[in-house]
Amino acid sequence: MVPLSAYIAVSAVLFITGLLGVLIRRNFIIVLMSVEIMLNAANINLVAFSYYLESMAGQLVALFVIAIAAGEAAIGLAIIIVVFRGKISTNVDEMNLLKW
Amino acid sequence: MTDLLIKLVPVFPLLAVILNGLAGRRYSHEVAHRLAWGSVGLSFLCTIVVFVDIIRTGTPHEVIAYQWIFGGDLTINLAYLVDPLTCIMLLVITGVGFLIHVYSVGYMHGEDGFTRFFTYMNLFMVSMLLLVMGNNYVVLFIGWEGVGLCSYLLIGYYYDKISAAKAASKAFVVNRIGDAGFLLAIFLIFINFKTLDYTNIFPQVSQLSPDMATAIALCLLVGAVGKSAQIPLYTWLPDAMEGPTPVSALIHAATMVTAGVYMIVRNHAIFDLSPTAMTIVGIIGGLTALFAATIGLVQTDIKRVLAYSTVSQLGYMFLGCGIGAYTAAIFHLMTHAFFKALLFLSAGSVIHALSGEQDIRKMGGLSSKIPWTYRLFLIGTVAIAGIPPLAGFWSKDEILAHAFTHHHYLLYGMAALGAFLTAFYMFRLTYLTFYGTSRIDHHTEEHVHESPMVMVGPLMALGVLSIVGGFLGFPPEHGWLHQFLAPVVGPGGEHDVGTGLVLTLMMIATGIALLGWGLAHYFYSVNPSAPERLAAKFQAVYTALLNKYYVDELYDLLLVEPIKKWGLLLDWFDRTVIDGLVRAVARMAELGAAGSTWMEKYVIYGGLNVIGYGNHLVSRQWRQLQSGMVHHYAAIIVAGLFLLAVVIQLIMQL
Repeated sequence: MVPLSAYIAVSAVLFITGLLGVLIRRNFIIVLMSVEIMLNAANINLVAFSYYLESMAGQLVALFVIAIAAGEAAIGLAIIIVVFRGKISTNVDEMNLLKW
Repeated sequence: MTDLLIKLVPVFPLLAVILNGLAGRRYSHEVAHRLAWGSVGLSFLCTIVVFVDIIRTGTPHEVIAYQWIFGGDLTINLAYLVDPLTCIMLLVITGVGFLIHVYSVGYMHGEDGFTRFFTYMNLFMVSMLLLVMGNNYVVLFIGWEGVGLCSYLLIGYYYDKISAAKAASKAFVVNRIGDAGFLLAIFLIFINFKTLDYTNIFPQVSQLSPDMATAIALCLLVGAVGKSAQIPLYTWLPDAMEGPTPVSALIHAATMVTAGVYMIVRNHAIFDLSPTAMTIVGIIGGLTALFAATIGLVQTDIKRVLAYSTVSQLGYMFLGCGIGAYTAAIFHLMTHAFFKALLFLSAGSVIHALSGEQDIRKMGGLSSKIPWTYRLFLIGTVAIAGIPPLAGFWSKDEILAHAFTHHHYLLYGMAALGAFLTAFYMFRLTYLTFYGTSRIDHHTEEHVHESPMVMVGPLMALGVLSIVGGFLGFPPEHGWLHQFLAPVVGPGGEHDVGTGLVLTLMMIATGIALLGWGLAHYFYSVNPSAPERLAAKFQAVYTALLNKYYVDELYDLLLVEPIKKWGLLLDWFDRTVIDGLVRAVARMAELGAAGSTWMEKYVIYGGLNVIGYGNHLVSRQWRQLQSGMVHHYAAIIVAGLFLLAVVIQLIMQL
């Protein structure tokens, strides 16, 4: 029987990995992939707690998160393509339009 | 119907004033003068209708034209009272005024400011009509000031002439003295009666204390003396001859100067209460009649002789008022308006013929050259000299007779002597102007010509009036005029003196006049060197007369110069003390303002700038935070989360 703490540890490692990827990497696509990793870390958490608390709500939310992650990946890639066409670059440092 | 006509009387000239005054430049002189005399003529026609109505019904009309001032107990309306007295005044003013307007068309022909002249003349008519028509003292006073203003404007008609401008100012300032007295009288009347309407005041004048009645009467007298040029305020009238001759005839002979007489007769109820005031009126009148006549003896300017004659004749009217012969005073006012207007206008015709010459030493022998002017001037002379049956005799004799039969022997003596002098100086004027050898210089003589019909016509009308006007008051003391005026002035002269005495007095008066004529004939026709010898013999008297008794110089010395000095002193005081104070206050304000400026500039602005720069500096750093890069924002969010976790941890441990 794998203890709950093991799941949480894996989840935490994954989440930190994703977070660092978002903050540190400069490639837009890798940033997007890191966001996916963070979402999956959250999913592991949800499923683990669902099992231990014997409640199906957690697994249900995890399914929603997977669906949303799929949508988010699709929109994110679309944005990347549009930006790429304008800038010929996927470097996030060159994208500072959000300040306006 | 009558009420409407009464309202219309002053409206016609007023319309002409507005039209000519505002738009007179836009049309020709032909239109302007037609408007001017036409409007006066219309007023005259209205007056005649009103006059006939009043003769028929015998009731005075009181018409409110406009509700003017009302509040509390006080009501002052622009209202007219047309009673027999006003009627006579209206007829004289509009009638003689109309003739003089027509005459002016010829006399003023080609002058600069032709339209201006007629505008002023019509404005004068409006004011004079208000003066005699008003039913209260306020309207009377407005007219009183209005005629004063027009007198000023018309004396100064040739405003580029220094002497004319000075004469105008003199007339205006001297009249101010009288007007101040008149105003005081109005105030006193208002205090005593709480109203200013004649019809409310006169029935209750008997409530006045004798002292108050005297005070009011004397104040009124001061006003009348100023306007009617009596001693001691007569000096402006001879100078007023600077104005054009029709102005002298209309304003300074026939109408305005008689306003004082009208005012005294109008207020006779108040004067009757005060024997003191009456005596003073009589003495002033008698003195003026004599005094002005003596000056008239030696003057050499044709218009000035007539001016002194006017002052003298006004003295007779005052004398008449002073002895209670109000009807006689108004009678003389009326006949005087006829013959003095005639004399002035004829003199104007002479001046016109001689291209502006007014000095009688440079005239002579004109009777054949300008025959119509000569005849009409002679009619005027005979009328004013008091030779029956012309107008002046009846009215003057009535005043003389009244003085005698009411035992004012001193006044009678003065008046009789004055009458003698009048006859003398008027015939002197006639002889010097029209008889003897010509003393005209050649250049002028070539241009001597009779005046055009537009001037001679009005003269003829006035000549006829001067001849027959006296019969309105015939027989003496019981004539038509006396009955007509009786409702206003009371039954004057109800006393039995016997026909014999009256006839004797008439004979004496006629004799005096003929004596004056005879003397003038001897001096200026039979023995022309006599006047010079007489003058040489009484050098001092002659010089005094020629210089008008030095009254003007005396006034200058006693009043004008001290007042001027006082004015200069006040000017100095104003410039140094008052202005100094003002400047000190200004300097203080300036200093205060400089202080506030410094305060504002360095303290307030400084404080505000510190806040502004502080914000600026802080925000310059702060805004670096908004880089627009997503991972920066993400990092901040993470940092925030971390901070939050720490804080929560700390709180949990507490």
